[in-house]
Amino acid sequence: MTLTEKILAKKAGVKSLTPQEFIEIEPDLALSNDITAPITIDEFEKAGGKNVRCPERVFMIPDHFTPNKDILSAEHYRKLKDFAAKHAGVRFFEQGEVGVEHALLPEMGAIRPGMVVIGADSHTCTYGALGAFSTGVGSTDVAGFLLTGKAWLKVPPTVKAVFTGVMGEWMSGKDLILLLIGKIGVSGAQYRAIEFSGPVIDALSVEGRMTMANMAIEAGGKNGVFVPDTKVAEYLKGRTKEKGDYLAPDADAVYERTVTIDVTGLTPVVACPHLPENVKPARDIMNVRIDQVVIGSCTNGRIEDMRVAAKILKGRKVDPNLRCLVLPATPKIYRQALDEGLFQVFLDAHAVISPPTCGPCLGGHMGILAHGERCVSTTNRNFVGRMGHRESEIYLASPAVAAASAVAGRITDPSELMK
Amino acid sequence: MKYTGTVYTFGDNVNTDEIIPARYLNTTDPTVLGRYCMEDIRPGFGTRAEKGSIIVAGDNFGCGSSREHAPLSLKYAGIACVVAVSFARIFFRNAINIGLPIIESRDISSKAKEGDTLTVDLDTGRAVVGGEEIAIAPFPPFMQKIVEEGGWLPYLLKTTAH
Repeated sequence: MTLTEKILAKKAGVKSLTPQEFIEIEPDLALSNDITAPITIDEFEKAGGKNVRCPERVFMIPDHFTPNKDILSAEHYRKLKDFAAKHAGVRFFEQGEVGVEHALLPEMGAIRPGMVVIGADSHTCTYGALGAFSTGVGSTDVAGFLLTGKAWLKVPPTVKAVFTGVMGEWMSGKDLILLLIGKIGVSGAQYRAIEFSGPVIDALSVEGRMTMANMAIEAGGKNGVFVPDTKVAEYLKGRTKEKGDYLAPDADAVYERTVTIDVTGLTPVVACPHLPENVKPARDIMNVRIDQVVIGSCTNGRIEDMRVAAKILKGRKVDPNLRCLVLPATPKIYRQALDEGLFQVFLDAHAVISPPTCGPCLGGHMGILAHGERCVSTTNRNFVGRMGHRESEIYLASPAVAAASAVAGRITDPSELMK
Repeated sequence: MKYTGTVYTFGDNVNTDEIIPARYLNTTDPTVLGRYCMEDIRPGFGTRAEKGSIIVAGDNFGCGSSREHAPLSLKYAGIACVVAVSFARIFFRNAINIGLPIIESRDISSKAKEGDTLTVDLDTGRAVVGGEEIAIAPFPPFMQKIVEEGGWLPYLLKTTAH
């Protein structure tokens, strides 16, 4: 069995599973946010729900339109808060404690290898970086979990993505996942698990793996997963006392397809409007002028991302004709960036530092694009109208490319700026 | 279940940000979600499409976010069912869970044109468009049971003792 099949079989209590089987399982954790939880709560109550089945497994994380952007969002926020107050055990996080959900849960040790996690948020697939099976579902799925502790899944076939070769200086997990999406397309792993492996993956940090697993959905994937190793064990030290289940694929596992990418000689890439599969080397499109840069999100808002951005911005200023927004994804990352002196660098460079929020990534608030504006963003989607006006444009890139582009005022390969 | 309606065609990779932009996700009001359906790629669609219309699209319909507001927006805009070559998986389960009929059919997608009248009969597994009859593959038995019970929660409540 592949790693995904193994995790699901263990959870389902069966010896083996094959792709396309339908299973009903009891997930270890279910999350929802200030956009999706209001529907979950309505459906739970409409179905006559009185008590939450496993409240300690339920996380309601208000991160999308927070700090509340308008009255309607504030009402949704209060709905989550009231629900958590009524159902003891359900976790809700106040401002000051809350961060972008997919950065927050791993950071607090809530995710461990071998877990099965469902979330009413498509980027729930992030936790595959820790060797968990995690997948995005809908609000009603989470309502079903609140009522019965159960969810339904179809066992996905697995695509193996192998990365070999030598990484260039400014290459990152973001470049690897964009290269894969560029190669297989936005439906290339539709309904499928992606199992990442190879020497480049072994050398990649856990945070870099989170960036990659996060965007499995952008290839249509059900989940993205990495074999948990000593780096994962190291990451979890001090975050949780629970051991976790370090599973690995069998030697005779059956993969539907294997995609191999040799990264030797490759340079940082950008996904051009309006699909994440429109991937080009940054150095090939360096004449594109930009109006905004966003560095943050569940994809690239972690401390390593902040450090890379600061390394490039140190001693430089962002182009006076653009705005550069930096969003540390959680309060802990925010404090760490502050303690490490990164905020000094950002402020000296004339970047703006935002509180933790998903805000601009989905065109919520804190950095909306006007008609005709272009943005280089470390987020995950560049669909029409995603960050604002339908005639605005988003170029997805790594924190290094984003920071270098902020200084240059146009899309830039970091090596051009740093030579 | 049988649906007859006017066809509106869309291409590949219609994503959930296009189906209902996130700026309207601060509400679950059916009127608002219906009105702004497809606003950024086809302005006015949410109020123009007559009740019972059918969307016929290409590959990977509903890709992107997990927002259940997307199938709800289509439902509230009066769309009776969606036919596509393929659906993104979260959209697929959301549609099944909330009871928006969806049909995977490359044949219908290649033959139906904007403004055609399309009939889809899920009971007989047949569709008719432009005088031509097309066979529709049935859902797997597990999905059929959910659809027959009216969605995931009714199914779950019926089959789970609690």
